[in-house]
Amino acid sequence: MKLDLITGLYVFMLAAFIGFEVIRRVSPLLHTPLMSLTNALDAIAVVGAIILVGEGKSRLATILGTIAIVAATSNIVGGFMITDRMLKMFKASGPRKP
Amino acid sequence: MIASEYILEIAYLIATALFVLSLKWLSSPVTARRGVWAGEAGMLLAIVGTLLHGGIVSYRWIAIGLVLGTMIGVPLGKVAMTAVPQRTALSHAFGALCVTLVGTSEFYLRAPNVPGFMMGVLSLEVILGALTFTGSLMAAGKLQEVLPQRPITYKGQNFVNLGLLAIAIGIGATLVKHPDKMYLFPFMIGIPLVFGVMMIIPIGGADMPTVISLLNSYAGLSAAAMGFVLQSKLLIIAGALDGASGFILSVNMSKAMNRSFTNVLFGAFGQEQVTAKGAKEARPVRSASPEEAAGILTAASKVVIVPGYGMAVAQAQHKVRELYDALTKRGVDVKFGIHPVAGRMPGHMNVLLAEADIPYDKLLEMDEINGDFPQTDVALIIGANDVTNPAAREDTSSPIYGMPILDVDKAHTVMVIKRGMGAGFAGIENPLYYMDKTLMLFGDAKNFVGSIVREISGGHN
Repeated sequence: MKLDLITGLYVFMLAAFIGFEVIRRVSPLLHTPLMSLTNALDAIAVVGAIILVGEGKSRLATILGTIAIVAATSNIVGGFMITDRMLKMFKASGPRKP
Repeated sequence: MIASEYILEIAYLIATALFVLSLKWLSSPVTARRGVWAGEAGMLLAIVGTLLHGGIVSYRWIAIGLVLGTMIGVPLGKVAMTAVPQRTALSHAFGALCVTLVGTSEFYLRAPNVPGFMMGVLSLEVILGALTFTGSLMAAGKLQEVLPQRPITYKGQNFVNLGLLAIAIGIGATLVKHPDKMYLFPFMIGIPLVFGVMMIIPIGGADMPTVISLLNSYAGLSAAAMGFVLQSKLLIIAGALDGASGFILSVNMSKAMNRSFTNVLFGAFGQEQVTAKGAKEARPVRSASPEEAAGILTAASKVVIVPGYGMAVAQAQHKVRELYDALTKRGVDVKFGIHPVAGRMPGHMNVLLAEADIPYDKLLEMDEINGDFPQTDVALIIGANDVTNPAAREDTSSPIYGMPILDVDKAHTVMVIKRGMGAGFAGIENPLYYMDKTLMLFGDAKNFVGSIVREISGGHN
């Protein structure tokens, strides 16, 4: 779908504001998982690479696009995995197993 | 617009909402895991939607890419918690690589007929992507200690670096005007690749938390630029969220290191690390044995433990947890004071302590804990140095003057576990060690804490 420049800038600006407001509230306790999670979300760039490779418009696009898919997918898989592993470790005090 | 396109757009819309919710739920440890699931669901929806999208004619290379990526991603998701900083730097590099390669393909598919605005964002995308790629690889190498950690500086370094960046931007501007000059494009990638390396060379280990955050922000911005090129709102939003997150963390880190904001944007790096090895008279310090330390700790009612990266290097976090358990069992109130730059990336120390099973509600950030020190009986410092240095508050001539610190010197007794009297990361003397209320506990952090625990649990109950 076509997206004109001004609409794109509006989208970017609003997303940046939302980002600031939401992320400002993230406890410093969780800043490391925050970084690995945003990193995984950022790898949504994989959809661009998928379309690029899928349309197969040129050999160069297919080669570079495939490498791009590999790089982004490893971020998605690894990023979500490690974020969840870290978050699992955060436990409140209270009754704990000895 | 045909129906299937609407469906894809709706899928992207839902994915966007899930991404925002994902970050929102991360605000508290109670809901944080739900945030990961929301992110995963959004990601899955967007990818499946894209795969079903009509424009795709061949799936072979897509499938190969997805499988290979998963095979690389799984081991990267299983690294040790101490290795999370370098893993994060590596994933910034991968993200930037993806963006740069897609940008390059888009250029060669469209050139020479690229509209000015499109060429502008494309230039931004590949310049940011390329410098983030090599910069993050360098950062990962330094953190993994395959590259020398000490900063390498030379005369005119900033001039060379900014010159390189200016040339790359100049090429971008030329291409905006004359997109038919396709021979310029490889230079617009090559020069930022070199710049990325040069940018990290002058950075020492102590600055790594700031650098990782900054690279995080760049990776996000380059992805947002890619969103403009591909006209994808989802990508613009994801990039903006990532960019904002990296930006906030960079500002946090720069504040915690007492660096100005422009300093962070344009190379706070390479700031000369003053090695104050001046007049070093042998001043007397008081030291204590594990038995004495155990006696003081059990007699206390309020203890604050201040861990630094030295604790993680000595692998002492599990012994620290035993100490926490032993003292808590005796009714001592034990909390942890965490400086924002403790560890190698923002929040790293919390992860290391959580891994050792220390409850997160006992981990307090600097601003929360500082008011407690005057009522604290014992401040126990393990493997931290500069972040406890009172000179940052009092001595205007100190290189770290103005840096926010943990006010451990206000506690009734200060105990410092340290290998010897060597200076810290920044090579600065710490007057804390010479105070009357300070006891130095010389030894390896893991062994020393272990001995204290044995004393406490071996003693009469």
